[in-house]
Amino acid sequence: MTPEPTDRPYAGPVVSVREARRRYGAFEAVRGVDLEVGRGELVALLGTNGAGKTSLVELVEGLAPADGGQVRVLGRDPYRERRAVVPHVGVMLQNAGFSADLTVAETARMWAGTLTRPRPAGEVLDAVGLSHRAQVRVVSLSGGERRRLDLALAVLGRPDLLVLDEPTTGLDPESRQATWRLVRGLLDDGVTVLLTTHYLAEAEELADRIAIMDAGRVVRSGTVADVVAAEPARIEFVPHDAGGAPLVLTPDDLPVLAGVPSTGHAPDRGPTAERGRVRLRTERLQEDLTTVLLWARERGLRLHELEARPASLEQAFLALAEAGGAPDHQTGRTTHVTEGTAA
Amino acid sequence: MSTSTTTPARRSPAVAGGRRIAALARAETTLLVRNRTALMNAILLPLAFVGAFAMVADPGGAGADEATTATAVLAMLVVMGLLFVVYYNLTTAYVARREDRVLQRLLTGECTRGEILLAPAVPAAAVVVAQVLVGLAAVTALLDPPGLVNPLLVVVGLLGGLAVIGLFAVATSGLSRTVESVQLTTLPLVVVMLPFAGMFTAPGANDGVFGQIARFTPLRPVVELCWLGLAGTDASGRTLTLAETFPAAAVPVAVLAAWAVVGVLAARRWMRWEPRR
Repeated sequence: MTPEPTDRPYAGPVVSVREARRRYGAFEAVRGVDLEVGRGELVALLGTNGAGKTSLVELVEGLAPADGGQVRVLGRDPYRERRAVVPHVGVMLQNAGFSADLTVAETARMWAGTLTRPRPAGEVLDAVGLSHRAQVRVVSLSGGERRRLDLALAVLGRPDLLVLDEPTTGLDPESRQATWRLVRGLLDDGVTVLLTTHYLAEAEELADRIAIMDAGRVVRSGTVADVVAAEPARIEFVPHDAGGAPLVLTPDDLPVLAGVPSTGHAPDRGPTAERGRVRLRTERLQEDLTTVLLWARERGLRLHELEARPASLEQAFLALAEAGGAPDHQTGRTTHVTEGTAA
Repeated sequence: MSTSTTTPARRSPAVAGGRRIAALARAETTLLVRNRTALMNAILLPLAFVGAFAMVADPGGAGADEATTATAVLAMLVVMGLLFVVYYNLTTAYVARREDRVLQRLLTGECTRGEILLAPAVPAAAVVVAQVLVGLAAVTALLDPPGLVNPLLVVVGLLGGLAVIGLFAVATSGLSRTVESVQLTTLPLVVVMLPFAGMFTAPGANDGVFGQIARFTPLRPVVELCWLGLAGTDASGRTLTLAETFPAAAVPVAVLAAWAVVGVLAARRWMRWEPRR
């Protein structure tokens, strides 16, 4: 715990997590996670409530020790070498608080006074659009304004790494856009960002790479395109005969499709036909759509409500959540920064 | 936002720590000034109590000379300051910061836990010291001032008392669910410490078993050091020279040190950083 600044150039990944584990009693919130964030990169952690996102980022923030595996920030252990690491990290917790009777400016000034190399407080308040509220007491701020003050404090210390735990939860769309602009500006300046979010659009908008967590594990990671590409496209239609009467088909009535596994091989991935609606998941959207359309023309079928769409991040996310039995994990478990550490 | 181009300003750890504490203490002072109730508790209560008591009773015992009365008033001011300004207000401040999740935020930053706990104690200690100085000026103007035999012992007593009571405040905050409940949670220690503090009479007056036991309670050594330092009066009521006051201070200093250890253990056992609500 020597207060030695890490000002020598460090070339490795800014965040490197290997097989990290974290337990609360018998419950294991983080179950062997690997995660790497390179310099200047933004990695978004996605997952349902209780997936272990906050527990994982708290390890990166150095607020708790890992119960197993290795966590490194700028090449150092963020918990055991906290004094060396913490001046380089800006943290926005999910729900940290403020003293209600201090003004925005006083709060920023207090925080700046605790930092090794603070930016001017006025400049940061300006960046989050709070300078007109500088003399207002925190108790009078709206939820969105408090969240922006949170962000201001997180970036006040010129961090190399910014860890944002659900930075835009509770923000109106306009504030969310403003936050995204600010984060993009920081990325342009070379700041590395690890963020957790519930908003898939936020990940699609900002992230160089995403990691989807479920039940304490990273179940999928890569660029948004990679993760979406692993998910099949969808074709849906409600078949009718030439006279316009609905037809009830079974999956066996369908043509052989190149990108669709047969029901026999993968029952959960194969075609389904429920209440007249046929659903296909295909890895070769164009070919299989052509086959379906030709098949329909040959038989003189009308395909009502025909839809063909590539996979979205949302679909990929939901598919993973379903596969992992995500509802079981929605226990709303909260994590405390000081859990397991003595006063 | 530089990545590795900006060299952090190199400061010695102690200077950097002092700067962090100063930044937090400044905010704490602002909060104390804005909280009317806390401010009244801190500034008026001890002065009003000591003033009222000095008028209706005889501090230092019946028939005491003016210098003895002056010493008794100052010792009383120290005890009242430690109980109302430090113990009650500081416990309240810790609970408020915890429930507002300010402690959780501070833990994410560069401050150490010790610095976070020390900062709210700075304005509280300043108020106590200011009250003692005002008291000293008042008794000097109105009464025969005490001889100030060994001022160092007064300082040691004050600092030791601040440390012990501050640590008790840290521990008590962990046992307090809300700011309001601090009125109740601070009561037991006040009830135990106050009667044994020995602030109503000059030393030696109520010797005996009660007096001997009282010497080992947390506030008594503070009062003893005040009497030793201000008037040169030891626990049995004898008047000592400057040289004699040093060995006489050994027992109260040792008792304070022991309570400080208890305070550290209690703080480690009960202090909480995350909200209880």
